[in-house]
Amino acid sequence: MPIPLKTISLSELPAGEHACVISLGLGRGISARLTTLGFTPGAELTMIQNYGHGPLVVTIRDTRIALGRREAQSILIQRIPNDHLL
Amino acid sequence: MTTYYDHSTFHQDFLTKEKDITIALAGQPNMGKSTLFNLFTGLNQHVGNWTGKTVEKREGIFQSHHRNVHLIDLPGTYSLTANSPEEVIAREYILQEKPDLVIAVVSAANLERSLYLVSELIALPIPLIVALNMVDVAKMEGIEVNAAVLEAALGVPVVPVVATHAHSARNLLNVIEENIQNNFSNLKPNIPEIRADHREVLQEIKLLIQDFLPAVYPAYWTATKLLEGDSEIENLVKKCLPPEQWKTVAAILKEHDDSYLAIASGRYDWIGRMIRAAVHRPRAGQISVTDQLDRWNTHPVIGLVILAAVLGLVFWLTFTIGAPLQDWLDSALIAPLGKWAGTQLVDAPMWLNGLIVDGIIGGVGAVLTFLPIIIIFFAIFGLLEDVGYMARAAYVMDNFMHWMGLHGKSFLPLFLGFGCNVPAVMGARVIESYPARILTILLAPLIPCTARMAVVAFLAPAFFGKQAGLVTWGLILFSLAILVISGVILNRILFKGERTAFIMELPLYHVPNLRSTALLVWQRSLSFIRKAGTLILMMSLVVWALSVLPGGDLETSYLAHIGNLFAPIGKWMGLDWRLTVALLTSFFAKENSIATLGVLFSSSEESGLTQTLAATYSTATGLSFLVVSLLFIPCAATVAVIYQETGSWKWTLLNILLMLVLSIGTASGVYTLATLIGL
Repeated sequence: MPIPLKTISLSELPAGEHACVISLGLGRGISARLTTLGFTPGAELTMIQNYGHGPLVVTIRDTRIALGRREAQSILIQRIPNDHLL
Repeated sequence: MTTYYDHSTFHQDFLTKEKDITIALAGQPNMGKSTLFNLFTGLNQHVGNWTGKTVEKREGIFQSHHRNVHLIDLPGTYSLTANSPEEVIAREYILQEKPDLVIAVVSAANLERSLYLVSELIALPIPLIVALNMVDVAKMEGIEVNAAVLEAALGVPVVPVVATHAHSARNLLNVIEENIQNNFSNLKPNIPEIRADHREVLQEIKLLIQDFLPAVYPAYWTATKLLEGDSEIENLVKKCLPPEQWKTVAAILKEHDDSYLAIASGRYDWIGRMIRAAVHRPRAGQISVTDQLDRWNTHPVIGLVILAAVLGLVFWLTFTIGAPLQDWLDSALIAPLGKWAGTQLVDAPMWLNGLIVDGIIGGVGAVLTFLPIIIIFFAIFGLLEDVGYMARAAYVMDNFMHWMGLHGKSFLPLFLGFGCNVPAVMGARVIESYPARILTILLAPLIPCTARMAVVAFLAPAFFGKQAGLVTWGLILFSLAILVISGVILNRILFKGERTAFIMELPLYHVPNLRSTALLVWQRSLSFIRKAGTLILMMSLVVWALSVLPGGDLETSYLAHIGNLFAPIGKWMGLDWRLTVALLTSFFAKENSIATLGVLFSSSEESGLTQTLAATYSTATGLSFLVVSLLFIPCAATVAVIYQETGSWKWTLLNILLMLVLSIGTASGVYTLATLIGL
């Protein structure tokens, strides 16, 4: 069992780290678009690029998605330590 | 030409003894759907708009197994929920028009996400066949998909295709024919269910609405869409249901307003079951081509440097290959044609001679010489987009675009504007948010298009001699600076600094499809030639007529009257009536201003014209004219598409007014400054 980790926002996840989506916390319209793209609670994602400012890139369900920082700040995630990945 | 379908024949009745069929091609963006469409239909396609919408509609016809196949290319959508006009169009087409078959194009390289649309399509009462595309790209990324396993899981045929290879198209057509022959009886679609905790409420809604719906809307599907919060379907059901009953439904929906998550999760659970057995990653963990390239292309600093280099290369190629071709067309084709027509018409009445030589050949011919530049620009742009690079360009420009209340996606249409403002305005369709789309459209005419750059490149040497190149670059940067400032201010005033969400897929890089790019260039060139043959032809004739009527003498012509009317405004910018008229005619096509000056100074020799201009006007006037030419109101064709895309005269007129104020204001300022420093 993975050790429970605290929930952080997607914008805080460093590049190369893995996480799973907890909630989206955005308006209905944007949330609906994101769920369509695969951002459903429990979905695993990997941060590809995050320089701490500007947009960032994540891989979710084999797709690279670029997100604005503000959108990323509203998405809550839980980190998955690398050694817990299969 | 291949044997199984034939582009050249539309109606060979003896070949088409079987019933015609209609197939709709559905798929998410970046799945290679257009490539597949092009492979089937070739040049036998028609590009228009969906009724009442500014969404491109492509349809084509081809023959297969002795029947005509009508192929409709549905807009690329991630789902079938009403998040955008594209999604509404796609699902309404399938439900209302009932094609015989829907082909869903999915990508083997990101199967999980691309099956999301399939999870929606498979629930509709129309037969479905899945085309598994990009098997080659998937292999490059270390992913293998077993089509047979996927087919067994989905319960509908899955046909692997490489959209660039003709034999895979034949394979797909064989499967389609086989299924038509047995009336799709082998299809046992495995339909996804909503997550278990929402099944009861879905059933409840279905029972409440099922007796009231129009026949084309299946009750189960409609109930699902209601729970997803689809506003279009909500309005539809509200209209069909007795008011009391709708209240009950609305109350249930309100209570479950997060159920879109349950539905999406249910679909992704279903997808998970589909792909678990079918997808195999023999080389998991390897660094893919896309990862390697993106390390540089999306880097906040290096990415911008690469972008600058790429854009520089685009312009360099466009103008080093295009400009000599343009000169050649002008000197080897248009000029001799004019001379030849002149000698042929030597006995014809003067007016007919003038009409054909000056009006038609002079006006339209000059515009057609831009064709090589436009073709080269759009070919390179199309290739960069097909490779997947343009999404990266949008990404690295995102930070910068935020200053103007835009995001990265607006960069692509604006960049297209360097070729021609018309596709730039139309390209703003990719932006989801309405304020951002309007702002992008308003700013697009500030991008100096090839026609305006050609005007500047032609006139700058007259006033600046050896420094002309430097001045031209300076002027282009200057107009881009004006664009940024206008963007910042417009965003504050009109949209209260509203910021829009940036969500964009970065597709995998892949080898570009030359056929698709060629078709794109062909369609754009064709529409340009069509414009030259209609709008520009008409305007050339009007300008010519105004310049010779009523007395046949330019100095007393209507055109001179108009010029004198605007002369007071021209004076602020240091322009006399001739330059003012030249500016006014640029409304019809930007390159008209040179043609007009040519007519006004009655010198057909280009070198002669530059010398005359240099002798007639001061450098300050020249500079002011260049500035106002770059920023003047958009050309007629651009105004037409601005109206078409915004659907509002308010925005169209505002845009014209904006450009008018900007151009006259800055040119007056530049003229005053230049006179002060003694130019």
